[in-house]
Amino acid sequence: MGMTMTEKMLARRSTTGGQNVVRPGDLVTVHVDTVIFVDTNFVASRWRDLNRIDNPDRIIVVLDHRVPAATPRCAAMHKTAREFVKQFDIKRFHDVGYTQGISHQLVADHAYALPGSITLCSDSHTGSAGVFNCLARGVGSPDVVYATAKGETWFCVGETVRYELEGMLPPAVTMKDAFLQIAGQYGEHTNQNVEYGGSGVAGLSISARKTLTTMSTELSAEFAVFEPDQTMIDWLRARTDAPFECVMPDADAQYAAVRKVNLATLEPLVAFPDSMVRNSQPVAAAAGTTIDQAFVGSCANGTLEDFELVAAVLNGRRVHAGVRFVVTPGSQTVYREANRRGYIATITEAGAVVTNATCGACCGGHMGVLGAGETCITASTRNFKGRMGDPSAHIYMGSPATVAASAIKGVIADPREFLN
Amino acid sequence: MKFKARVWKFPDNINTDLILPSASFYLTQEEQVRFVFQANRPGWVDQVAKGDILIGGKNFGMGSSRPAARSLRNLGLGCLVAESINGLFFRNCVNFAFPAMACPGVDKAFAEGDVAEADFANGVVKNVTQGTTLQAATLPQKLLDLLDAGGVYPLLEREGIIAPLRK
Ligand code: SF4
Repeated sequence: MGMTMTEKMLARRSTTGGQNVVRPGDLVTVHVDTVIFVDTNFVASRWRDLNRIDNPDRIIVVLDHRVPAATPRCAAMHKTAREFVKQFDIKRFHDVGYTQGISHQLVADHAYALPGSITLCSDSHTGSAGVFNCLARGVGSPDVVYATAKGETWFCVGETVRYELEGMLPPAVTMKDAFLQIAGQYGEHTNQNVEYGGSGVAGLSISARKTLTTMSTELSAEFAVFEPDQTMIDWLRARTDAPFECVMPDADAQYAAVRKVNLATLEPLVAFPDSMVRNSQPVAAAAGTTIDQAFVGSCANGTLEDFELVAAVLNGRRVHAGVRFVVTPGSQTVYREANRRGYIATITEAGAVVTNATCGACCGGHMGVLGAGETCITASTRNFKGRMGDPSAHIYMGSPATVAASAIKGVIADPREFLN
Repeated sequence: MKFKARVWKFPDNINTDLILPSASFYLTQEEQVRFVFQANRPGWVDQVAKGDILIGGKNFGMGSSRPAARSLRNLGLGCLVAESINGLFFRNCVNFAFPAMACPGVDKAFAEGDVAEADFANGVVKNVTQGTTLQAATLPQKLLDLLDAGGVYPLLEREGIIAPLRK
């Protein structure tokens, strides 16, 4: 009986010297290749100084949730992070400035997670990196500290659900809509891995695939892994010459379920406020709802392609009076390239506000926090009650195209009239 | 590791932002406890007695990596038993020494206010009020040991790897 990609990768990296077989229900201890700290680890009053660490070259430190510092306490948090970087002479440090960005976007920008490797980060959307055919998962602060100290961690192995992607996305429909379809139809995948493959993958860019792996956190998936292909290898090879070995599932791997998703038949969807588990509807169901704010950004939708899409919708138009449209790139690298290509000019001419790369409004930290009773449509990661500010705010989730179309209309709107 | 107390029930898909909202991010642990379920069940934190047991639905703790499990522990709850538990939230439960186990059937088996007995070593959950018993999978020994050790930070501190909290 064969293994899924997740099971094979866990077996390969197990501390028992390449355990031959890993099955659902096992508890495995594995070597960790990369550990990423983000700024929220370093709250000064809670930080525990490390006396020694396993290997500073495995560590990455990223200031992303609230950059530049939003308050004095936030500044103290960033200062603690800089001290840690200095203490262990950590080379891969992303401070405010040229290499600033959201950790999961930086992983893609810099090819920090390679096929078959294991990455931990104390942010829940770390599974994003699974687009590169590797195991990455969000953990808590104690887990990153433990793995930093010891170079290993444990995983409870879950069953795997395989998604076969087929066909090509229609215009104005994105992988955010594909996610909303999966979350709406199949609900949560608690304690399960998800794996993505199929003939439709070839037609998807890395950024589009990454939206799906990032959003898989919202399925409560343990790991989210794409099959490797030449597009992925080319992306990595343009950014690193480090060696790696891709992993394919065994032909007789055991899945909890195999489900087909026909991309060609998808339409723009929105999730209604407070949850994305079985809460998606065609955009028409919410169309006409008045909005106060629109947001495009986060580790799921802050890519260059997202900027291209938003610019295409806004092109020559104006954001509706009374709507605040906040657009946040995933990294300063994305920002600079969007600027070179003229997307930033188009977006700001339309009256949207483009911020620096940060989590910002996504987690209600700064730069676009919602007030009591307000309504927002967002292309980010979560629409939980209170996520983006006041708990009485209503947060709808859609694709960047749907959000931009809504910003123009002042009400939730179908993007197809702007892009067909 | 055994707990016996009254239960409080929560529905499916309880998320971390409800337990530890962003607004309380920089506050002390003691202050953060006041915010637990403030958005969906205001006033509840004042009704909880030390050792009370939380009964959850499916996918309990979905969401963020923030130390939401620590707030439940700090609130004085004894343990969590849910239909299923988000994997990241479960790690934080173990790492912050807040005992948690998945036990399918638990949602139907309990009414709020019933008395439960949860035996972690044997994976047995009893409804003392109604006289019924459920059998769950036991936690791996490694995780029971970590819970016994008080979680990751006390463990690493004893090994001299991390320093105590800064003054
Ligand atoms: S952008 Fe949002 S979801 Fe992504 S890491 Fe930041 S806060 Fe988390």
